[in-house]
Amino acid sequence: MTGRRVDGAGRWLDRARPVTFAFDGREVQGFAGDTVASALLASGEIGGFVSPIARRPRGVYAAGVEEPNAFVEISAPWFEPIRPATMVNLVDGLQVGSRAGVGVLPAGPVAARRARHTHRHVETLVIGGGASGRAAATMAEGRVLLVDEQPVVMDPPPNAVTLTSTTATGIYDDGYVLCYQRDGATDLFHHIRAGRVVLATGAHERPLAFVGNDRPGVMLASAARAYLDRFGVLVGERVAVFSANHAGHDAAEALANAGATVVVVDPDVRPGPATERLRAAGIEVRLNARVVASDGDPALTGVTVSAADGQRTTIPADVLAVSGGWNPAIQLARGLGIGLRYDEAKACFVHDGSGPEWLTVIGRAAGDVPASFPLWVVDDGDDREKYVELQRDQTVADVAEAVAGGLTNAEHVKRATYIGTTIDQGRTSGVLTAEIVNRLLGWAPGAQGPTNARPPYTPVPFSALAGTDSGPILLDPIRITPIHAWHDAHDAVYENVGQWKRPRFFPRGEEDMDAAVARECRAVRTSVGVLDASTLGKIDVRGPDAGVFLDRMYTNRMSNLPVGSIRYGLMLGPDGMVFDDGVAMRIADDHYVCTTTTGGAAGVMDRFEEWLQTEWTDLRVYCTSVTEQWSVVAVGGPHGREVVATAGTDANLAHDAFPFMTFRDATVAGVPARICRISFTGELSYELHVSPWHAQHVWNAVMTAGEPFGITPYGTEAMHVLRAEKGYVIVGQETDGTQTPEDLGMAWIVNTGKGDFVGKRSLVRSDMLRDDRKQLVGVMADDPAHVLMEGTQLIAKAAIPEPPAHMLGWVTSSYRSEALGRSIALALVEAGRERIGREIHAVVGDATVPCHVADPVFYDPEGTRRDG
Amino acid sequence: MLLITCPWCGARDEVEFRYGGQAHLAYPDDPESLSDAEWAEFLFMRDNPKGEWAERWMHAAGCRRWFNAIRDTATHRMVVTYRMGERPPA
Repeated sequence: MTGRRVDGAGRWLDRARPVTFAFDGREVQGFAGDTVASALLASGEIGGFVSPIARRPRGVYAAGVEEPNAFVEISAPWFEPIRPATMVNLVDGLQVGSRAGVGVLPAGPVAARRARHTHRHVETLVIGGGASGRAAATMAEGRVLLVDEQPVVMDPPPNAVTLTSTTATGIYDDGYVLCYQRDGATDLFHHIRAGRVVLATGAHERPLAFVGNDRPGVMLASAARAYLDRFGVLVGERVAVFSANHAGHDAAEALANAGATVVVVDPDVRPGPATERLRAAGIEVRLNARVVASDGDPALTGVTVSAADGQRTTIPADVLAVSGGWNPAIQLARGLGIGLRYDEAKACFVHDGSGPEWLTVIGRAAGDVPASFPLWVVDDGDDREKYVELQRDQTVADVAEAVAGGLTNAEHVKRATYIGTTIDQGRTSGVLTAEIVNRLLGWAPGAQGPTNARPPYTPVPFSALAGTDSGPILLDPIRITPIHAWHDAHDAVYENVGQWKRPRFFPRGEEDMDAAVARECRAVRTSVGVLDASTLGKIDVRGPDAGVFLDRMYTNRMSNLPVGSIRYGLMLGPDGMVFDDGVAMRIADDHYVCTTTTGGAAGVMDRFEEWLQTEWTDLRVYCTSVTEQWSVVAVGGPHGREVVATAGTDANLAHDAFPFMTFRDATVAGVPARICRISFTGELSYELHVSPWHAQHVWNAVMTAGEPFGITPYGTEAMHVLRAEKGYVIVGQETDGTQTPEDLGMAWIVNTGKGDFVGKRSLVRSDMLRDDRKQLVGVMADDPAHVLMEGTQLIAKAAIPEPPAHMLGWVTSSYRSEALGRSIALALVEAGRERIGREIHAVVGDATVPCHVADPVFYDPEGTRRDG
Repeated sequence: MLLITCPWCGARDEVEFRYGGQAHLAYPDDPESLSDAEWAEFLFMRDNPKGEWAERWMHAAGCRRWFNAIRDTATHRMVVTYRMGERPPA
């Protein structure tokens, strides 16, 4: 390899500013404006790379995003696992290492490229700063933005904002375009909404398949020319140009003018417009000839050329520049559903003019490319040495094997060979592969086109996509209750419930979760516990028709609920499946507050609004989310009444005066509170609904008042155990969207006499009435110490049958119950209620654990404890 | 990302909206009078045309209003949006 700088060329180069960088640990000299690839070529290196699978020596092949061989890892001044050497511009302190097409992430943290995200709105966005793109921008009116992936745009239009080193990574609906700008220290990710998008992305040259076409020294003719024009690098002293079109011939002329000895090998029988010009300039042009092999060890030393009469000659060469034709770079528009048609004269696929009206494709991208002789594969020689996809080491023979296996569609061949599943996304291989398949099947050229292309146009680091939206706060919002600081101070271990952080348990000393949960459960059952239930969803429902509305949303009747009372309710989807549950409190004739599950609040609110706005527009009802306007301190246990009394309240807590499922608007600890007698544990409970401003104060008052009883804060895990002991379902744990109230043993809550409600009709569909539906039951392992895993499958017999085994159901909840001194589980089991008392077997690994089906209410089935 | 014109707020990015499926499917006046097959038809079966069709959207991160839209399923073009209760423009 004898690449060198030449004088008088290199319009991107600043020869006044030398830059030194490290390549594979040694210093290489270049200039500002160079890429790693151009600097390597200038220093006489064309090889130095290896293919990822066959480990064949490879060299720089292209000058842009289509590079399939020369990849580097960037280790300084930032980290990037892999990037084409053609797309890495020299900066001070740059350190790169060659990579065989596969990037590797180091174990520790890295200095990844971050991008700030920004939004732009323009009348016209032009993608591509070549001649046609600049002309389109100049003629456009209003705000005009011109972007180009290369670092230099010559003569930028004065009326446009021009962004260089900026890649349009995807074009989406209605002129929405993402652009990634890598320019200096801070990357930018532009979210652009454009009234008109002009695609002026040019065309990519494609190679030809012949024996040894992957040898270091073989490169695209356009690349050889680009290195000369942009960087002043003459890639070789003796250059053979295998060109099927006049652009390749033009490149040959430019290389000759720069001092190289050039021979053109043209497969066409007819002289083209450039033939005589080149010959007049003293360049040898061989018509009706083909390169049949490259020679070298491993770098190129010569090429074997077959003439029309079959005679072979060898041309000494250190570079073979190949131009098999031109593929319009239309990838960005393919995702918009545009069509391609085959152009015979140009031997390529061009935009058929379809697509959204806001998109215009111009210039070479629109098919304004040189006419080309339709050659794809040179017949001579072994197909196993003719490379189609350099980055996957796939040859003509590999494509033939896929076709012989019955694959006829280029998409299928892609998936069988992995051609095109590469960093360069098959830019050099895609059309070539499709045409080889067409040829193998005896189809005409263009019978089928290349595989589809999808965003991003070129690889984008995830760190740039994430931008500044990373870290614990910005990744996803975190919701905390007003009592969170107290939980933190008392060593709470949290669980995520939706976006909420809820205390799962409060370990004391060296306690593990089981010990802490057992202690917390014991406190609630024998004395008193307190739970922060602020995360419950709450919806304020007002209006003269609120009662009628809720009757239609819940399975039971809410319109006859007396003011001051509370009723539990189930909500179904129109399909009759349980959607959410909660209670409704009637504040006034025209005013309810409904609670929802913590995770279901937004969904219920959406559902309420949907029905009100789209079906029952005659109902005068307004819904307001008040989840964060009410904090809830739930005091539960045999001593609950004394604790609330001691905290200080003007409500009469006597059971007769304040019965179960009622509420009182009163004061607690000197602040306004809505006290609700609701119980999710089966114990006497008071939920204190207070303003978030007062939540910590009320919590503190409750803790102080409960001190003589050893009041114990408990978390969601104990809550789950306590409710499971009572057989209370959790929507989303006992349900997965396929359970009716009947399945859950909750037919009692379905009021079929009150008129229509959402889901009612579905409850009598034939499938809902089947007697083999899965029903909620209890499951007790025969070994009381065995706690089944949630999700465990249940079968009828102790011996696991051959697959497919008939599964009777699965465990939905499973805990060790402190109150019962043993394990308990809830499960959904086929015809489960009929099986109560009967044996069932849980599949645990390769064995089964004997269990018995039980009633799902394990503790205090008579409900004697809820009134204290 | 679609540019959707909320009839109340104007043109906004698709991320502000929630999709609501086929439009102009009235909830039956008397579901109980329908056969299982008729109810299933209402509940589960939706048109799936190639071309323009009417669908519902809700401006979830804006005014929270539901509205209707005509969209071309083949090109994603939003032809027109109109308020709930209005007939699709001719």
